[in-house]
Amino acid sequence: MTEPLLVGTDLFKMYGTTPALRGSSLTVRAGEIVAVMGSSGSGKSTLLHCLAGIVRPDDGTVVYAGRQISAMSDVERSALRRRDFGFVFQFGQLVPELTCVENVALPLRLDGVRRKEAERRSREWLDRLEVGDVAGKLPGQISGGQGQRIAVARALVTEPKVVFADEPTGALDSLNGEKVMQLLGQAARDTGAAVVLVTHEPRVAAYADREVVVRDGASLDLERVA
Amino acid sequence: MSIGHSFLGLLEGRPRHGYDLKRAYDERFSPGRPLHHGQVYATLSRLLKNGLVVVDGLEPGEGPERKRYAVTDAGITDVQSWLSQPEKPEPYLQSVLYTKVVLALMTGRPADEILDVQRTEHLRLMREVTRRKTGGDLAEQLICDHALFHLEADLRWLELTAARLNELAARVRP
Ligand SMILES: Nc1ncnc2c1ncn2[C@@H]1O[C@H](COP(=O)(O)OP(=O)(O)O)[C@@H](O)[C@H]1O
Ligand SMILES: [Mg+2]
Repeated sequence: MTEPLLVGTDLFKMYGTTPALRGSSLTVRAGEIVAVMGSSGSGKSTLLHCLAGIVRPDDGTVVYAGRQISAMSDVERSALRRRDFGFVFQFGQLVPELTCVENVALPLRLDGVRRKEAERRSREWLDRLEVGDVAGKLPGQISGGQGQRIAVARALVTEPKVVFADEPTGALDSLNGEKVMQLLGQAARDTGAAVVLVTHEPRVAAYADREVVVRDGASLDLERVA
Repeated sequence: MSIGHSFLGLLEGRPRHGYDLKRAYDERFSPGRPLHHGQVYATLSRLLKNGLVVVDGLEPGEGPERKRYAVTDAGITDVQSWLSQPEKPEPYLQSVLYTKVVLALMTGRPADEILDVQRTEHLRLMREVTRRKTGGDLAEQLICDHALFHLEADLRWLELTAARLNELAARVRP
């Protein structure tokens, strides 16, 4: 087993009087796919947001590649999210005014890659995800399954170390959902990216290497308990 | 379905006569499909022979139904290890799992752990089948999908039961 890449320890988070996390911990190793499961409202998304440095936990630590995320400046943290992390959400993540290839190229452009080079790399990713044919279309002109593949391409185009995927197949029918998950899993394995995969669907979680269950804001590693 | 283990679990609460065991079993674990007397007799003589139960009282009359049985320490160890081992995931497993959960609740054991251990076992097999499916041709994929849908149904049942454990406990505890 490789070194831990991302380690969240004893995370607590309240939203007003609602406890979202109550002592949740999760370790992610380089290149592994971890499924985070649990019922609705159990704290899965909050855990993912804390690990990704989007939400600051009230208590506990998140350490990425040996550095504590909460100790970073805002500028450092957003650079980290842009370069080392990729994100796929359930829906509403593509910019409607940009074509698919421009959407995929966006993270590269934000990181200073020139347009031609960014679009060349983006097209490669679209082909890999079997949606090369919709490169020039707007998000409003493609199907939900195609849209999620574009989103996966955009998350992976910077070759991140960790992809955070929150219910990436949640809005798709089972055939499309599994195809997206299979492509995401394959792309992550090819590039060596780790994936934190939040899902409530067992057949999607089965593409992961292991499973963690979140219950009432605490995460349980059942495989280690057993 | 393990009648022997279920009997041992039922005897953990208190010693019971053969007919009482049969009635408790039929009511709780097999409504509509009562045990045959032959099954009760065969199961109890096997448990006796293996030292998992002892006869601790007799009623007038004949046959195993009239004897009163008590579980031994070896019997308790035997139920314990049965409860803590996950079942081999396969379709239509629910009745065994249901029995385990109810027995755990009745005997004050952590029923949620039984569900968690089983969940882990199921997901492990689902990952294995998914890997086979990913590398397979269409026929292989369809065969794997059939297994995956069944395993998923079991998992959903495990989740639902875990969510309703307190409710179930209130009903089965004496
Ligand atoms: N931004 C927020 N404001 C207020 N409450 C929130 C917010 N985000 C999450 N919560 C609450 O925190 C708990 C955990 O939510 P979440 O992490 O989204 O769970 P999950 O992703 O497992 O469904 C829930 O009770 C939810 O209502
Ligand atoms: Mg969520």
